[in-house]
Amino acid sequence: MKITIDEDRCCGAGQCVLEAPDVFDQRAEDGVVVLLDAAPPAELHEASRSAEQLCPTAAIEISE
Amino acid sequence: MTTGRIAIVGASAAGLTAAEALRREGWDGRISLIGDEPHEPYDRPPLSKQVLAGKWEPERTGLRAADALTGLDLDLRLGTTATGLDVPNRRVLLGEEALDCDGVIIATGVAARALPGAAHGAHVLRGLDDALALRARLANPGRRLVIVGAGVLGVEVAAVARELGHEVVVVAPEAAPMERAVGIEAGDLLAEAHRAHGVRLRLGELVDGLLDDGGRARGVRLADGSELTGDAVLIAIGCTPAVQWLRDGPLDLADGIGCDSYCAAAPGIYAAGDVARWHHPVLRRPVRIEHRMNATEQGMAAARNLLAELDPERFGTRREFAPVPYFWSDQYGFKVQAYGDLADADQVQLRVLDKTDPGAPKAAALYRRGDSAFGALSIGVPPKQARALRGAVATPQPWEQALGVLDELAS
Repeated sequence: MKITIDEDRCCGAGQCVLEAPDVFDQRAEDGVVVLLDAAPPAELHEASRSAEQLCPTAAIEISE
Repeated sequence: MTTGRIAIVGASAAGLTAAEALRREGWDGRISLIGDEPHEPYDRPPLSKQVLAGKWEPERTGLRAADALTGLDLDLRLGTTATGLDVPNRRVLLGEEALDCDGVIIATGVAARALPGAAHGAHVLRGLDDALALRARLANPGRRLVIVGAGVLGVEVAAVARELGHEVVVVAPEAAPMERAVGIEAGDLLAEAHRAHGVRLRLGELVDGLLDDGGRARGVRLADGSELTGDAVLIAIGCTPAVQWLRDGPLDLADGIGCDSYCAAAPGIYAAGDVARWHHPVLRRPVRIEHRMNATEQGMAAARNLLAELDPERFGTRREFAPVPYFWSDQYGFKVQAYGDLADADQVQLRVLDKTDPGAPKAAALYRRGDSAFGALSIGVPPKQARALRGAVATPQPWEQALGVLDELAS
């Protein structure tokens, strides 16, 4: 799994952090997504997929 | 009987997410995704922000890359309008054609409300084409824009238009911008911010009609007979659920599509997004939420619950849909964020965190209903910090305890 993020789209909702806190964080100053793990291990794939789908700005993209 | 098909009517955020969720859960039958616009699924919040401001071209609003869409193996029908639904037989009508389905997810969203009478060249802002039309009118600075409505959309457009160098007047019956969404206390703060940025607010005023100048709106006439003139008029007075195509059926269409707490409107028929009104088990009342986050969350929930209804052995049991509602709005340099249920509050506790610059307000508020905090709002608070407010209302906390979160933000 390979995760990419588009900072410019991010609105700082933080939904990804709620879904997968080991994979995503937010910058303190503006809330923009910070990718902690661009290639997370298998046990985090499900949560990462949920984050991708739930992101309200489609700022997360996952490819296999 | 199984037909091997699920139809999703509506190809915006809720519909697309439902399709993705069906595939993720393992549905390997056909998925017909039906959208009345010709565009591939795109995102709406940027329309009144990045697109209108000219920072994004339309392509950037696309919700998924082309190969991701292809990977979903959809029977994608764009530019196609659903004309009816045979509820007991789960049959979606597309004009002459009929699709027999195992299940249907309705995500037709809402349509912009028009002023009574004809549109007469006034703008609305709901779809991509609307945004591009308004953007073209605002291409050169120094125009005068009249915005009817002071809801989230109206004031976001006001902020963008000011930044583009236009004169802006906002006229609305409410006493404050976004009053219905956030209440009068926070609304007053937003009013101050917009005035500081040079927006003229005509609040507490009723619009009687449009001034029509040969097919192009050149202003509005107020109830007291006075006129507000401009180069363009935007009507931003809210939306109505797109349910006309369901009118002759058995569904409850009192305000959107009435659903149970599982997002089911009838056996095998689910609804999601702006069009869905469902019984929220935590808020303990029916809600219909026209916000972007709800579209994805509910699209996912409706898809899962439909599959669970069709085949519980394979897909598990249905779950009640009980999200923490969330919305955000970008205005000038500050962000407004709301968690939970802010409506019908018995009390609002607003804490101004910084009042040095009225054009860049910083505040947080909690909304009490009964003995608990049901809603929370932040204005100009960094999102990561504002997330603390979510904790206070995700499971509504006792009011006094929730107030402690405001104290922490203020310290």
